[in-house]
Amino acid sequence: MQYLVSVIDDGTGPDTPTEQAAIDAFNDRLRAEGHWVFAGGLGSPEPATVVDNRNGEAFLTDGPFVESKEYMAGFWIIEAADLDKALKLATEGSKACNRKIEVRPFL
Amino acid sequence: MNRTDVGEAITRAHHEQWARVVAALARRFGDLDIAEEAAAEAFATAVARWPADGVPPNPGGWLTTTATRKAIDRIRREHRRDDKQREAQMVHDDDPPEPLGAVDDERLRLIFTCCHPALAMETRVALTLRMVGGLTMPEIARAFLVQETTMAQRITRAKAKIKAAGIPYRVPSAEDLPARVSGVLAVLFLVFNEGYLATGPDSDPVRHDLTAEAIRLTRLVRALLPQDGEVAGLLALMLLTEARRTARVSSTGELVSLDQQDRGAWDAALVAEGHRLVRERLAAGKPPGRYQVLAAINAVHTSARDVRDTDWSQVVALYDQLVRLDPSPIVALNRAVAVAELDGPEVALAAVDRLEGTLAGYHAFHATRADLLRRLGRSQESRAAYDAAIGLAGNTAEIAYLTRRRDQLG
Repeated sequence: MQYLVSVIDDGTGPDTPTEQAAIDAFNDRLRAEGHWVFAGGLGSPEPATVVDNRNGEAFLTDGPFVESKEYMAGFWIIEAADLDKALKLATEGSKACNRKIEVRPFL
Repeated sequence: MNRTDVGEAITRAHHEQWARVVAALARRFGDLDIAEEAAAEAFATAVARWPADGVPPNPGGWLTTTATRKAIDRIRREHRRDDKQREAQMVHDDDPPEPLGAVDDERLRLIFTCCHPALAMETRVALTLRMVGGLTMPEIARAFLVQETTMAQRITRAKAKIKAAGIPYRVPSAEDLPARVSGVLAVLFLVFNEGYLATGPDSDPVRHDLTAEAIRLTRLVRALLPQDGEVAGLLALMLLTEARRTARVSSTGELVSLDQQDRGAWDAALVAEGHRLVRERLAAGKPPGRYQVLAAINAVHTSARDVRDTDWSQVVALYDQLVRLDPSPIVALNRAVAVAELDGPEVALAAVDRLEGTLAGYHAFHATRADLLRRLGRSQESRAAYDAAIGLAGNTAEIAYLTRRRDQLG
């Protein structure tokens, strides 16, 4: 199964060099053990733009679709046999990037 | 075989085989919904067929085979993804069995799945009572003091999460086991309690099938984790409670309170085993958890040959320890019952009355008040409290006991 592992940030500060190194090491391990699908970091929500073209006329809104103190700062897409394995990896990922993490299965 | 015998055979099969059938199907199909629905259909088929065809020689095997066919039919009808491949796997189930992991019991797999830490604690317990205990939705709702629809939604959501999130159907590996046990113990304790004081108007007042199943599964967990104090404590607590089972309901189907029980009717072997476990935990010299303290309280009760010999100061001291571990209003209520013996009913009543805000919907709160008011000679108030308790109680033997006590009031 594939899981979206989202990194939850509350804007307390940028990644430290230690966190960056830990994330790199964790990524290497994901690749080596065959769990890696994709990963990426995201810019902060402020420059986000919401597009609504449901009525055939694009309506643009400046800012994220939801106002919240916490936001998604990055994610991994991993391949794991089941939720136990995904949670184990997420536990290590949370430590590596020093953030809370949400695990959701792909349909 | 007449209709009554067949009815009893079906009831017995439901008690003994429900969890086995569900567990076997959950393992084979990897889907709790399919397992549960097919098991329910198999029991419905038994109700329709057994009166005419007779009870099969191996009811469990018959039910599992019938449920498996029902499940395959259902999957065919629903045209699921990977239909053909799954079907082939199901019809020719000759794969070597999966290694069972640390515990060689199908039902324990089912319990660990239902008790997965990714599910909320109350959901784990509800799901296990439904899937493993075979309890009905109203029974589970009563055990939790919530609405039936709320409970049904909770269980539906849990099953959907197990499926969608990929919660595995297996006993956790040895390294993950200790962390997963506390949820399992909570579940087993609630299954035991539902058996010891069954809540349904149509069920036996004591459901030995559930208490026996809870004890059997707790023994399995103990074999797995012999050093875990709380596992030992819970087993001791169950054994010391179960030992009193036959003395707890009179020949007229009425609950017999602890002080009125014929102590000669207690099961001496279970008492001895329970005491042995409590002593083992005391010798370990580690701070006890709540099950160990509850077991110790029951050890004090079962050590007294006559109720007058009960060491109430020790019981109250143990309850003080329990309040620190588990400051719930129900623990406070039970502590007050012991306080009544040590310091008198007036002191106990004051403590009980402080709990009204949280426990007004709980029958034992009113039953305790009724008894204390009776002892204080406040008959009018006692009668009203008995009425409230009777209105809220679900256990038939307890209702009979409370009704007689009320009617004895002058």
